[in-house]
Amino acid sequence: MSSLTIYKRELGSYFAQPTAYAIIVIFLLLSMGLAFSFGNFMRVGDSSLEWTFFFWHPWIFMLLAPAVGMRLWADEQRNGTIELLGTFPVSTSSAIIGKFVAAATVWLVALACTFPIVLTVNYLGNPDNGAILAGYIGSLLVCCTFLAITMLVSACTRDQVVCLIVSVLICVTMVLCGYDDFTRELGKAVSPSAIEAVVSFGVWNHFSSLNRGLFRLQDLVWFGSIILVSLLGTSAILSAKRS
Amino acid sequence: MIEVDSLTKHFGTKTAVDHLSFAVNKGEVLGFLGPNGAGKSTTMRMITGFFPPTSGDAKVCGISIVDRPAAAKAKIGYLPESAPLYRDMTVIGFLRFCAAIRGLSGNAKKDAVERAIDTCSLASVAAQSIDTLSKGYRHRTCLAQALLHDPEVLILDEPTDGLDPNQKHEVRQLIKRLGQTKAILFSTHILEEVEAACTRAVIVDRGRIVADGTPAQLVAQSGGGSLTDLFRTVTSRDTEAAH
Repeated sequence: MSSLTIYKRELGSYFAQPTAYAIIVIFLLLSMGLAFSFGNFMRVGDSSLEWTFFFWHPWIFMLLAPAVGMRLWADEQRNGTIELLGTFPVSTSSAIIGKFVAAATVWLVALACTFPIVLTVNYLGNPDNGAILAGYIGSLLVCCTFLAITMLVSACTRDQVVCLIVSVLICVTMVLCGYDDFTRELGKAVSPSAIEAVVSFGVWNHFSSLNRGLFRLQDLVWFGSIILVSLLGTSAILSAKRS
Repeated sequence: MIEVDSLTKHFGTKTAVDHLSFAVNKGEVLGFLGPNGAGKSTTMRMITGFFPPTSGDAKVCGISIVDRPAAAKAKIGYLPESAPLYRDMTVIGFLRFCAAIRGLSGNAKKDAVERAIDTCSLASVAAQSIDTLSKGYRHRTCLAQALLHDPEVLILDEPTDGLDPNQKHEVRQLIKRLGQTKAILFSTHILEEVEAACTRAVIVDRGRIVADGTPAQLVAQSGGGSLTDLFRTVTSRDTEAAH
């Protein structure tokens, strides 16, 4: 119940300020721009959206997701409103869940706004809409993972800029690790087992299978556990800061 | 209504509050005095459940803040020192949010918000964004938030700080009026305020109580005939504390 109240406030706050609109517009410009330019959407004639559209999402999210999540706790700590929240009869975990789901909702709206491209491929070709749905779920999971990490960083600092820089750095690393070109270069310098470790930290293994329309339990567990660990970490940091 | 029992807080090696014990009964307004850094805010933050105490306990209406934080917090109205607010919200939106998080809904919520707006004279700015308010109004908005659920215990950290003389007078009158039916603990630097609004006062210094009594008793104790004299004899100065 209290999670819902906090969720509504956070979501209201995103849409009362230009934040959500700016993020959604920039996301739409980038995702469509990349699909039509580097993605060669018109030329490849592929209606699955796998390479033309979803492929670009982790690259966009690694920069934009932290911009949505950075204020979640940093702002509360800077304004002192964390003291209000901490003395309301709500648990830290319900506040964390409310805030996290609110930030995820902003991204859900952003992703939903890309619906014209789904209509377009359905009009032009005969795509597997189940696979497209899986692609969207994969995108949202990557985004939620980045948001959860941003939230963890945001609990550590009261400075939004520091939070943004650190979270972007972590997200960029997660996107680069496991990206073929990057690991190939890295392979020249380090041992194969090290490469394997690096790849397992990257999002591609798990995102790509969903992107192909494949629901594998291991991917869901991977995304779920990173999100869960980040949220639990947020709770631990917030409690530790007070004692 | 408020029973503080041997409350202690250490920050690293520094002792902020040292085995502090006192009680506030219904119908009592306790003034909490002391130099900056004496541990007033830390004590209040422990009673309100924001900081976990290193040792000791505080009971609000018989409920331990350590054992049953949510139930104890529901009994308290708290005004933090800097009157923090969600600045992107309107006054009425903020109060509605606080009422909802306190578990009020429907007509009860509407009535509570109306009553708080009325008590704190916020009707003229109710629809205004908090960002655009003057300091006095912001302070009163935060005070209104503390009164929403008609708590049995009010804890006010420097409620008159930064207000103009008229506003100070109004807040003192409000505290006096509310004090007839509630237990109020409020901290202040203004010694005249103690005589104007408190039924009892304690002076803390370096985390310990150094004087306790009704304003008249404290004045008598001072010898010199004013609270200021007593304050200066029983508390240590910043410059001394540094040695």
